[in-house]
Amino acid sequence: MNGLFDPARWIHLDWVLLVVIGWLLVGLLGLLALRNLGWVAKALFPAGGAIAVLLAGVALASMFATPQVAVLPFGLPGLPFHLRLDPLAGFFLLVIGATSAGVSAFAAGYFRKGEGTPPGLLCLEYHVFLASMTMVVLADDAYAFMVMWETMALSSFFLVIANHRLAEIRQAGYLYLLVAHVGAIGILLCFGVLQANTGDYTFANMRAQHLSPFWSSVAFLLALFGFGAKAGIVPLHVWLPEAHPAAPSPVSALMSGVMLKTAVYGLLRVTFDLLPAQLWWWGVLVLALGLASALFGVVFAAIQVDMKRLLAYSSIENMGLVFAAIGLALLFSAYDMKPMAALAMTAALYHVASHAFFKSLLFVGTGAVLHATGQRSLGKLGGLIRYMPWVAWLTLVGTLASAGLPPLGGFVSEWLLLQSFLFTPGLPSSFLNMLVPVVAALIALVAALSGYTMVKFFGVIFLGQPRENHLAQAQRAGAWERVGMGWLALGCVALGLLPVQVIQLIDAVTRQLVATGLGATVAASGWLLVPVDIDRASYGPVIFLLGLAASFALAFALVRVLYHGRLRRAAPWDCGYPWQTARMQDTAEGFGQPIRQIFEPFFRMQRELPSPFDREPRYRVVVGDHFWHWLYLPVADLVERLSRWIGRLQQGRVAVYLLYSFLTLVGVLMLVKR
Amino acid sequence: MSVLGSLSQLLEIVVALLLAPLLVGWINQWRAWLQNKSGPGLLQPYRLLHKLFNKESVVAEQASPLFRAAPYIVFSCMVLASAIIPTLSTDLPLAPAADAIALVGLFALARVFMSLAAMDVGTAFGTMGARREMLIGFLAEPALLMVLFSASLIPKSTSLATIVETLAHRELAIYPSLAFAGVAFVMISLAENARVPVDNPATHLELTMIHEALILEYSGRHLALLEWAASLKLFAYSCLGVALFLPWGVAEAHAPLELVLAVPVLLLKLAIGGVLLALMETASAKMRIFRVPEFLGTAFLLAVIGVLVHILLGA
Repeated sequence: MNGLFDPARWIHLDWVLLVVIGWLLVGLLGLLALRNLGWVAKALFPAGGAIAVLLAGVALASMFATPQVAVLPFGLPGLPFHLRLDPLAGFFLLVIGATSAGVSAFAAGYFRKGEGTPPGLLCLEYHVFLASMTMVVLADDAYAFMVMWETMALSSFFLVIANHRLAEIRQAGYLYLLVAHVGAIGILLCFGVLQANTGDYTFANMRAQHLSPFWSSVAFLLALFGFGAKAGIVPLHVWLPEAHPAAPSPVSALMSGVMLKTAVYGLLRVTFDLLPAQLWWWGVLVLALGLASALFGVVFAAIQVDMKRLLAYSSIENMGLVFAAIGLALLFSAYDMKPMAALAMTAALYHVASHAFFKSLLFVGTGAVLHATGQRSLGKLGGLIRYMPWVAWLTLVGTLASAGLPPLGGFVSEWLLLQSFLFTPGLPSSFLNMLVPVVAALIALVAALSGYTMVKFFGVIFLGQPRENHLAQAQRAGAWERVGMGWLALGCVALGLLPVQVIQLIDAVTRQLVATGLGATVAASGWLLVPVDIDRASYGPVIFLLGLAASFALAFALVRVLYHGRLRRAAPWDCGYPWQTARMQDTAEGFGQPIRQIFEPFFRMQRELPSPFDREPRYRVVVGDHFWHWLYLPVADLVERLSRWIGRLQQGRVAVYLLYSFLTLVGVLMLVKR
Repeated sequence: MSVLGSLSQLLEIVVALLLAPLLVGWINQWRAWLQNKSGPGLLQPYRLLHKLFNKESVVAEQASPLFRAAPYIVFSCMVLASAIIPTLSTDLPLAPAADAIALVGLFALARVFMSLAAMDVGTAFGTMGARREMLIGFLAEPALLMVLFSASLIPKSTSLATIVETLAHRELAIYPSLAFAGVAFVMISLAENARVPVDNPATHLELTMIHEALILEYSGRHLALLEWAASLKLFAYSCLGVALFLPWGVAEAHAPLELVLAVPVLLLKLAIGGVLLALMETASAKMRIFRVPEFLGTAFLLAVIGVLVHILLGA
């Protein structure tokens, strides 16, 4: 931190700290004008967005630089914050900055006067949340990491319960807080194991320790538990579909798009950076958990009738895919197959980036719909492409990216992931080689199912006829909302069309984590994405898009030139039945019905079917989660019983409490005296 | 990019565009003959396209621009698909842009736009068709991917050109994995192209149609493009099957004579394939929609077994 007052001598880390300070200042300015919505929305949130762009720029530059460290004299005496900016941190900072810039711009147009937290306070919480995520990624000792991790959990908790007058939102927030803290205990214990009784909690010290395989595995399992809880990996996923939809939409976007990525960051940091070596069964475990989450998430997403819950389940799916890729990288890395590990790691990081963009885009899209219509239930929407075309077309970009369709961002990561599966034969264990086709088939199934889910999501909200009359009054999105969505959509397109450039960025991270990268191979073949060898596999999204565009334009022009362009508007074909209404369209429940039937064992279903003699026939189906009944309710029951049993200690009489103190004292004395 | 390469690329696209309706006409003619009918004639699909292009397009009042753009998008997807499948030659300048996985993605892109367009007008048939199409899609897509994987494990490449080159110009060896994959591929093609056990291309009975429900609202040039795209899809799938399972006769790079020979060889193979398809369609009956997941699940399993067999036997 030499030359503090001379910006010309600032290193990247100083700039990142400036960003953090800037965000905190913006948040505090929000406190000055607690209820002045115009000031908060039109000045502070755009300022936060501009700072986010600065963060993205600095992070981008830092990825090409050598790691930088700093020590901040904060916190307890003799326990300062250690910070470090290396390529891994830089990549995640880039994701945080680039995504939150779009979300902040959208938020400038989103927050309205209403119930719950006043806008100024919301602004503080929002920017503290952003700053804490940045600091989590920068932290270079366990103390700073845990403080920032907790700040992140708490600030997002307050954002989730922004509308705290609704009981279910308070409940969702409570569940979130609970799981976040159970996970935090896991992370804390993991750091405890990693420091190996040296008492020095800096990451530099942890890197220097040589843990035995047993203690490495303990640390790994604790980290997997803690970060898995944050990422919503099965079976620790239950909070995610409750908490993400409860928050205001820009916050949902940040939580799904960005916060989940800090869990990925933490897992990568611990397993590939802090631990000395990887064991092969870690890879199998992470791969299995990732696949289970991916399949579980997408199947549940397909049957949801609330648009934000659908997206939340889809986040579980995508985090599952990222974890599957990390598992594969672990497996390769344990067997010292470095190029393959780099390929799988690149797939994971690419999916982190593309999921950040498309999920944020989709969540803010639902926010725009929610504001225009006041509806979150898919069954009461429809036909909005005619009333809010900007939102619809920009959301379509996110929908296609989320469905993993070429030439957008989601496809590239799925392509890389499938490529790394194809090259798996060659592992030294024949059992693992046998597993590969099953795993690849599951990934393909998940990708196809996400296409189904996304068609349902977009089709039911934006296409068809409005299912309710008041939808025709839906207002168009404001300018700030369009800017935010446009930025995020641009990110999806850029990630789809420029894989070569993006992978050259990721190269720095994979070099740090698995000692090799795809950068050189990829750079050699120009605009074509060639991860290994041109004869093995190649994908050229730009040529792909140009080919599509050229045949589109040619077909359009030729039809006009050779024939004509006449068009007549008429009523749709009613099949001879003139009383058709908008309610006769397929509903969200209807769209989920084939999935409910095919994947029936996944669900805990309660059906109420009408009988032929009912006066008022009713059909109701409630779909529950097995994990809730198999795992969470029994655990909650056990905790309650235990605490009631321990509660017997509480007698309310001073004499008894004095006895407890006395007994404790005697016990301690015995221990000390030996 | 060689001159010959560009030439064969152009030839492929033109051949696909021109011959795709003929293949449909050929199959329909044979189906009619097998059912003791006289048949509409081989050129009927061309007459239909010409008629539809001449008619004015009637579009529902509430249809959005997506509805009008979708036929062009679906059509371009199918043109691109037939451009990258190595049917006549493996020396294609466009082929490196999309490998086997991207080809599956391309078909998925077309399907998604088709379904979205069907939902756009908001009639009961359109949305029902979209739901069923996506149901078949999410079952068939991974199965197709696994079929392509079991083929791509042989040359250790997902590039279609490399796969076909390896399969076509090798010493005659029998790959058991390809036998499983071949059966799976036939089942998937039937489902994806709306053929008989899954869907009936000749039906307009409301409750059973899938593909016809999707395009129910289309007319005029839009319908013509969609019909043409459907025949291109059938053509592309047939060519893919031919390229993977009977690849002999596909031209290599720098072999103009082979390229000239490749066209009649392809025609012969497609003609036989068309007769077989008509025979299969005549001999079987359409199944209930909820039997379709079982049908496609079998195809999926067969394809996975194909990959497993390859890894187990190393061949």
